[in-house]
Amino acid sequence: MKIYVCIKQVPDTETKIKLKADASGVDFAGVKWVMNPYDEYAVEEGLKQREAGKATNVTVLSVGPKARVSEALRTALAMGADDAIVIDAPEDLDPMATAKALAGAIKAEGGEYKCVMTGKLAIDDNAASVSQMLAEFLAVPHATVVTKLETADTQATVERETEGGSREVIQLRLPAVVAANKGLNMPRYASLPGIMKAKKKTIKELTLDGVGASAADIRVKYKGFALPAEKPAVKMLAGDPAQQAGELAQLLRTEAKVI
Amino acid sequence: MSSVLVFTEFTNGQLKKGSLELLSAARKSGLKVQALAIGPGAKALVDQLGKEGVDEAFVADGAALDKYNSELFTEIVCGVLSSKKPAVVLASSNSLARDLFPRVAARLGTGVASDCTTLEISSSGEVKARRPMYAGKCTAEVSFESSATKIVLMRPNQLTVTPASAAKTATLEELAVPTKDLATIVKEVVKGTSGKLDLTEANIIVSGGRGMKEPANFKMLEELADVLGATVGASRAVVDAGWVSHTMQVGQTGKTVAPTLYIACGISGAIQHLAGMSGSKVVVAINKDANAPIFQKATYGIVGDALEIVPKLTEEFKKLLQH
Repeated sequence: MKIYVCIKQVPDTETKIKLKADASGVDFAGVKWVMNPYDEYAVEEGLKQREAGKATNVTVLSVGPKARVSEALRTALAMGADDAIVIDAPEDLDPMATAKALAGAIKAEGGEYKCVMTGKLAIDDNAASVSQMLAEFLAVPHATVVTKLETADTQATVERETEGGSREVIQLRLPAVVAANKGLNMPRYASLPGIMKAKKKTIKELTLDGVGASAADIRVKYKGFALPAEKPAVKMLAGDPAQQAGELAQLLRTEAKVI
Repeated sequence: MSSVLVFTEFTNGQLKKGSLELLSAARKSGLKVQALAIGPGAKALVDQLGKEGVDEAFVADGAALDKYNSELFTEIVCGVLSSKKPAVVLASSNSLARDLFPRVAARLGTGVASDCTTLEISSSGEVKARRPMYAGKCTAEVSFESSATKIVLMRPNQLTVTPASAAKTATLEELAVPTKDLATIVKEVVKGTSGKLDLTEANIIVSGGRGMKEPANFKMLEELADVLGATVGASRAVVDAGWVSHTMQVGQTGKTVAPTLYIACGISGAIQHLAGMSGSKVVVAINKDANAPIFQKATYGIVGDALEIVPKLTEEFKKLLQH
């Protein structure tokens, strides 16, 4: 049975964010795009499930400008995914429109699937919403922030993280949407033969319209972007370690008033 | 009259601080204030909610709601929102709400914004909220589109708790607990052993990086944290090296934090780490390298070996806090 993995392409974590002159958004000129780090765990888990004989095929999906996001799909193919689908869409879809598009594509593919994997959030808008919305549109259960996944034929047991190092063990009826957290696995690097093979694969192209989604599905937009305020210059503390520690403790109490 | 509905949470029969923050913001709007509480003992909250200026309380009480179940909670919340049609829904941006409300929003076809840090609600139910993007590398204002109900998940510790000017007697409406064939079953909840606040809620964070030299030295940071009532965090480098659990990672691929005091020990300050801690009010940086980027984001800086300075700091704070 099939496993779908939904991935997003995001600016690399080392990116220094610059804003457009009118503050309407981020200036992406010169940005290095990578697969969202949490999605790497999702891809890896799909591959592991297939290798363990729990699934027969791993199909990766992405929504966005097709020329750009196809690169992320190629990376997933190079890691070992079997097929890839791109849903060509403008840059600024929100989680709702994205989830609708992904659900539409999965339904259009037809046939049974075991589960849909996603990352727990994308490190650009940090919304952490697409997986739950996708599950709703597919009318299947979901689990987010997952660090352990075991699947049987009709059900999965997951461990998810909550606050303060607490964990929940949840049983889900399959199919389900599972959002991966760091700790689920160690994503593999693409091998050279994998990269060569991925280059030859055809990425299936769908349109937003074709999967029943549109810009009218957008519920959240952003405006008035701003960079964080510059901090005043740092106060450096001199002396030997004992003096430095003493002065710091005093400053935190009397000047910063945080202790 | 339109209303603001607050998704309230409680422990041991008391409203959580985050809920008090949200109720304060809801009252400030001048709109009718509604509260929803789910879980065993929720019914008993009605007096407390009235004192907090709540006009109408909706509660789903019962042993079946002891643990968070996404399916059950979605059903209950959607039921209330579709019948009461509040203009705004407020909830704390914690792991429960962040799991629940996107699903609720999808079912109702309305907008949800998580992790907001500023909030204003007008008397006509318009929402002005900002949230960090790229883990804090920038912020943006949320603009809700075609959303009958605007769902805002607020980060804890961002709104001020104010006392209600007048206590009210909240009306109580009990909600039926849905009985349905569940595809989601919560088997077990394993509580964290540290007993410390989560990094995302912590008021003080003591964080360690490569400069701590080896995993065993994190004990030093724990001792410092114990004295300050702080939570221990870490850089990606040491998490990836397997020194500490990934739950401790601060940064764009870890947790975005906003403590009052952030003490960075032996952390050079990779851009993705600086983004994750950019919400901190006061930052202390201790690093051997005077040119480390962390000093550009610090309030106070010490050039030196964290292994020497941290134990001294622990002693100093002990002295200070005893008086």
